[in-house]
Amino acid sequence: MSETNTPNPTATEWPLWEVFVRSRAGLDHKHCGSLHAADAAMALQMARDVYTRRQEGCSVWVVRSTDITASDPGDKGMYFDPMEDKVYRHPTFYKLPTEVDHM
Amino acid sequence: MTASITIDRNPTQQYLLRLGDTCLILGQRLGEWCGHAPILEEDIALTNMALDLVGQARALLTHAGRAQGFDEDQLAFLRDERDYLNPTLVELPRGDFAFTVLRNLMVATLLKGLWQKLADSSDAELAAIAGKAVKEARYHQQHAADWVVRLGDGSDESRRRCEDALAQLWRYTPELFEADAVDEAAAASGLGPRWADLQAGWAAEVGEVLAEAGLVPPAESAFRSTGKRGVHTEHMGRILAEMQYLQRAYPGGAW
Repeated sequence: MSETNTPNPTATEWPLWEVFVRSRAGLDHKHCGSLHAADAAMALQMARDVYTRRQEGCSVWVVRSTDITASDPGDKGMYFDPMEDKVYRHPTFYKLPTEVDHM
Repeated sequence: MTASITIDRNPTQQYLLRLGDTCLILGQRLGEWCGHAPILEEDIALTNMALDLVGQARALLTHAGRAQGFDEDQLAFLRDERDYLNPTLVELPRGDFAFTVLRNLMVATLLKGLWQKLADSSDAELAAIAGKAVKEARYHQQHAADWVVRLGDGSDESRRRCEDALAQLWRYTPELFEADAVDEAAAASGLGPRWADLQAGWAAEVGEVLAEAGLVPPAESAFRSTGKRGVHTEHMGRILAEMQYLQRAYPGGAW
């Protein structure tokens, strides 16, 4: 076993958290960045200080980055390209009654 | 070199300046952390809070200066040391991070209590300032309390640093609640509460956080600091020198 004087940074740094801010009631929480924090309470507090300084939000979520399961960028072609020629999946072919405005 | 201004020492003015100078001097102390906090997020948090406090000071000093035709900058930068009426606690050097968050807990708890009462002040402008500031103070208190519990109940080093900070800070807290004629006049006119009236609530709130952090305050000593009367420690001259240099050397300087 080899001993090293520089510990693996991922073993010594606080875990990474992803921050989601809702800008107004009724809108979605949007991902706005990430930060390091020791636990959820600290992450929330820091998110408030780092990401809502200019009145950006009315609600904040934090999620451990490791809890997010992401699609593989290498699978992008297989995952998303087949939808390119399937315009019929867009609801643009319906005739709306005139009474139903702004759909 | 700009000459100093001299302020009236009537009780109302003193009451306003005690509060305004508490915000001003602690804001300056917290601002010293800019670029020095242990982590980036905390650097931003401490300077956010410094700016909250400076904003509160601006509103209070503007209000306090109006009677004599002084503006906020003149009051902030052109008074002599003995005309600053902040309690000594806030002028002490910023210390380490444990010292900073522990002092923030003590001052934010005090200010939160004051702002809550001042929202009903007979002085409409002061009541308006308080209504806005109380939200800021609530967050400052929560932020500080969170760190005090983490550090007090943390590693051996963090606990030792908290104990050291508490031993240094605790003897400056009785001054906060000393009764005098300034507070009596404010209570009588409805301007604001006697600071002494907040002591029981303050002791309960701070005591709860310290207990959760596993920290035991030292026994009360006979020592009394005197900043609220304008008699300061040697640290006050230094912080004022840094704050006042620009306005003294370049009167009215702005950017």
